Amino acid sequence: MPRINVYAIYSLWLREMIRFFRLKSRVFGSLAPPFFFLAFLGFGFRSAAMPAIPENVDYISFLAPGIIGMTLLFSSTFGGLSMLWDRVFGFLREIMVAPVSRLSIVIGRTAGGVTTAVMQGLIILVPGIVMGLKISGLAGFLLSLVFMVLIATTFNSLGLAFASRMKDMSGFSLIMNFMVFPLFLLSGALFPISNLPVWLRSLSYLDPLTYGVDGLRGSLVGVSAFPLAFDLAILAVCCAGALGLGAYLFEISDVE
Amino acid sequence: MEGVAIATSGLSMRFNGFTAVDGVDLRIEEGELFGLLGPNGAGKSTIIKMLTTMLRPTAGGAIVWGHDIARERDAVRNSIGVVFQDPSVDSQLSGRENLDFHGRMYGMDKKTREARVAEVLELVDLTEKADVLMEDYSGGMQRRLEIARGLMHHPHVLFLDEPTLGLDAQTRRYIWQYILKMNQEEGVTVVLTTHYMEEADHLCERVAIIDQGEIVALDTPDNLKDLIGADIVTLEVDDGVTDEQVGAFSKFEGVEAVDRSGSTLNLSVDRGESRIPEIVLGACRVGVKIRSVSMHEPTLEDVFLKFTGKKIREAESAGAGRMAAVQSRMRTRRH
Repeated sequence: MPRINVYAIYSLWLREMIRFFRLKSRVFGSLAPPFFFLAFLGFGFRSAAMPAIPENVDYISFLAPGIIGMTLLFSSTFGGLSMLWDRVFGFLREIMVAPVSRLSIVIGRTAGGVTTAVMQGLIILVPGIVMGLKISGLAGFLLSLVFMVLIATTFNSLGLAFASRMKDMSGFSLIMNFMVFPLFLLSGALFPISNLPVWLRSLSYLDPLTYGVDGLRGSLVGVSAFPLAFDLAILAVCCAGALGLGAYLFEISDVE
Repeated sequence: MEGVAIATSGLSMRFNGFTAVDGVDLRIEEGELFGLLGPNGAGKSTIIKMLTTMLRPTAGGAIVWGHDIARERDAVRNSIGVVFQDPSVDSQLSGRENLDFHGRMYGMDKKTREARVAEVLELVDLTEKADVLMEDYSGGMQRRLEIARGLMHHPHVLFLDEPTLGLDAQTRRYIWQYILKMNQEEGVTVVLTTHYMEEADHLCERVAIIDQGEIVALDTPDNLKDLIGADIVTLEVDDGVTDEQVGAFSKFEGVEAVDRSGSTLNLSVDRGESRIPEIVLGACRVGVKIRSVSMHEPTLEDVFLKFTGKKIREAESAGAGRMAAVQSRMRTRRH
């Protein structure tokens, strides 16, 4: 059983925090797409009647949790993949030669990536509220934080898993375009998945983000397609699986 | 084994049947400034990677500061500092933040860290640049910070892999000063690799000359140069020179050895400057046409030449091929 080095975990987490608050332009850059989605889809479809959305829920309240899910998906996947940058720019060697177990490294990096992703999710919540999202209550908000952490951990770990198998950045856009975008579009972030044809809907059921978005919607707005406990259970399983996969692939990866 | 910082026995690394390091036996004393000298691709970096636990040897083993590199990796990592050949800093962090990060990874508390950061920054003259982002550091400054970082956690042994690679002559001199200073002031055992002869000569107390994964000579720079003994008189001669004519040179008075590579003859000559006239006259007598004459005191380059039969630069071009082979093999190993 590898040791857990708390101080090292803190060091890795702190590094992500310093970088997050230092690279403001990058944070703004990564928040722009979800913000535009939220603003333009929100205003554009405000008065359109979308089938399968409950009548007491307006489109912005339906959309905002989905866009938070999108923000978490993109920023945490990116955060996990950023291990690749450390490899390419050599900083990974500095981390790996320290007397710190690889498990601690994975935990520290993941904690940092998840924190930054959740912060971005919360930032996107603000314009959502301004545009008319009504949060059901404090308990719902706190529950939504749990969903945010689970979503971010799942996709951060997947990013780490990919980064552990990659030697350079060439695969990066492939992952973004063929994994991240489909996961986003299938998740029901923009429309109820019950509107999709059956064959496509079955793909949605395989997408962990579907349960994340549904859970966010249930906890923030009070309307969900599945019971919240079901969303939570599925997402927790996906999260544990992804975390294990990321940690394992990182464990067996080469340093150079 | 008191007093021994590093002991290796039969340390070897093979990649898919290609031997990068072949049965290296080394004993490095505590407090020593030890150099691994050899052309690129000779296996120096591979040795360092094994001693720093980044690569597992395929045969043999090593003890670093009393710990086995294969079985006690964390204990080894706690005892050593490493300055890698390629940059390994976070360019988005300041110098101080990089050092702080490092200190925390090694479990240093805040107070210890702050005191130590000030110390190591002072050692490499970067105190004033401490809060500048690494991306605004010059190459030489970045190298100095990496050296400071390697010392940050009071390692017993510091590994420097090509510490002055790609730096200009002046910066190189500065780095040499820092290395000597920390070896003396901190008492840390230093193991460095280099393919610069003058670097090994100037810095190291003992030098191991490495070629094709094997140690071909190991001693103090002075003792190694004494193996050559006399001065080196280099003659550029016409291509048509025969072996018989070359042989004639070794019979000249004071000439201890003759070494030919192409149209260049290297003569080991005692008190070379006083023998040059006779050598030139003698060359005329045996009918060898001399184009130019030069003389120098023995360098490690001559030692390398003596043990490997080639100059380090020639070995380098062969080594480059070797290295490409290693890399492509490592790549195939991964996929």
